[in-house]
Amino acid sequence: MEEFFQQLTNGLAVGGIYALIALGYTMVYGVLKLINFAHGDLFTIGAYLGFTLFTAFGLAGWVSGPGGVLLVLVMVMGLVALIGFLLERVAYRPLRSSSRLSAVVSALGASIFFQNAVMLIYGAKFQVYPNDIRPSYVLSIMGIDVPLVRIMMIAASLGLMLALYWFTQRTRIGAAIRATAIDQGAAKLMGIDVNRVISLVFMIGPALGGVAGVMVGLYYGQVDFTMGWVYGLKAFTAAILGGIGNIPGAMVGGLLLGVIEALGAAYISIAWKDAIAFLVLILILIIRPTGLLGERVADKI
Amino acid sequence: MFLELRDLHVKYGNVEALHGINVHVDEGEIVTILGANGAGKTTTLMSISGLVQPSQGGVYFKGKALHEMPSHAVVREGITQSPEGRRVFGTLTVLENLNLGAFTSNDKARIRKTRDWIFELFPRLLERKDQLAGTLSGGEQQMLAIGRALMGDPKVLLLDEPSLGLAPILVKSIFETVRAINKTGMTVVLVEQNARAALKLATRGYVLEVGRVVMEDSAANLLANTDVQDAYLGGSGH
Repeated sequence: MEEFFQQLTNGLAVGGIYALIALGYTMVYGVLKLINFAHGDLFTIGAYLGFTLFTAFGLAGWVSGPGGVLLVLVMVMGLVALIGFLLERVAYRPLRSSSRLSAVVSALGASIFFQNAVMLIYGAKFQVYPNDIRPSYVLSIMGIDVPLVRIMMIAASLGLMLALYWFTQRTRIGAAIRATAIDQGAAKLMGIDVNRVISLVFMIGPALGGVAGVMVGLYYGQVDFTMGWVYGLKAFTAAILGGIGNIPGAMVGGLLLGVIEALGAAYISIAWKDAIAFLVLILILIIRPTGLLGERVADKI
Repeated sequence: MFLELRDLHVKYGNVEALHGINVHVDEGEIVTILGANGAGKTTTLMSISGLVQPSQGGVYFKGKALHEMPSHAVVREGITQSPEGRRVFGTLTVLENLNLGAFTSNDKARIRKTRDWIFELFPRLLERKDQLAGTLSGGEQQMLAIGRALMGDPKVLLLDEPSLGLAPILVKSIFETVRAINKTGMTVVLVEQNARAALKLATRGYVLEVGRVVMEDSAANLLANTDVQDAYLGGSGH
């Protein structure tokens, strides 16, 4: 029972990260029908920016307690949002009226560019997050010990997801995003500036991905320049699992994938962890290609 | 001049869909554009809304060149459209669809007033305001598309085939509503295949044939014209 509970909370923490990244894939797919293959690298950039900020602030003696962590998270969100905005302007907007394949190639190119840029700036070795930032308390819940950092991660990712859900469902701009995803032409007839909606989506998604990067750094204590590949692929799987283009789907898909993976690693074999995740992808594509909550078929990438 | 299309050419790739049409609409009129499938009626409305760009010539509204503006700026100028095929946002509620029609406005009191008026025009929309638009019947979706276009408080309302696929009784009621909307002083441009009903409603009309204006006259004259009767009114009209 204790083992199960440990794995469940661990799965939810990792699943929250998958969900945050998956939201970026799914929102971009929603408005542009494009898989932003550079999204995983934006997550990596977030992790490294977090590393830089924590280290710099640590040297200056500024980071103390949750306030400092929050400050870094907000700064990383802003910076990665800016990079996402520029990415869309440089790599995708000029290709808007070209074939879909051109945009995919451009996305892969952007991914390679970002990954190598991070490697050149920070080096190919992994970097270690300062270990005095993350809380080392262990909570005891009904006699089971759970690290506080895990609870905080689950709370942070759920909080961000709820905020995003509220934003898309309850605000005027959120409705404009949903309308643009359904029918760009009709959205234009409403007086919606579709280009601004697309820019906004390219800021929200990367901001969430960047936060996820910092969270991974805090949780595991280290980051490396290839981390975006595996996390990106897992989050992409989560987005497909929930139904690509569907915002609640990405949230459910991410959490579910994290839990499946954690339980699989515990009860089957840790060596099979990644294989289980991708088996889920294959199964969902065979059995229910629209994903759990999706209505639309993801026909082509 | 209120609204004017001047020597408007539109190309889709290498194919020219409009070969230089001239259309003018005066304030307070209902102008109808008639023509067979593929004559260029929808292209005409889409170039007014700025969703297709002219290759030559342009669209002018109160002296401003609409074709040089992005589509969302055209809406801000006071020109909205209920497009062909309705194109309501299916997974959004009726109320959300209507509110998006007022996306360019920040005047909450005005928006509420317009919404109340639309619910008076189309009581069915009020009954179904929390329902997803995709679950409405065709007629209700048409009402929603027109209501959504009205939410922008337009000076000119563009209607593309509002009668398409609707039962005759509904067509009649929608056309009566268009008349009521026009009585409030709103200018209407109506694209229709149902030429008889459109001409009975309109002040003036244009007939498009494969991207050219071939006739232009008062609605009464067009209704009496034997060529129009043969081609669009299903024979002599007796």
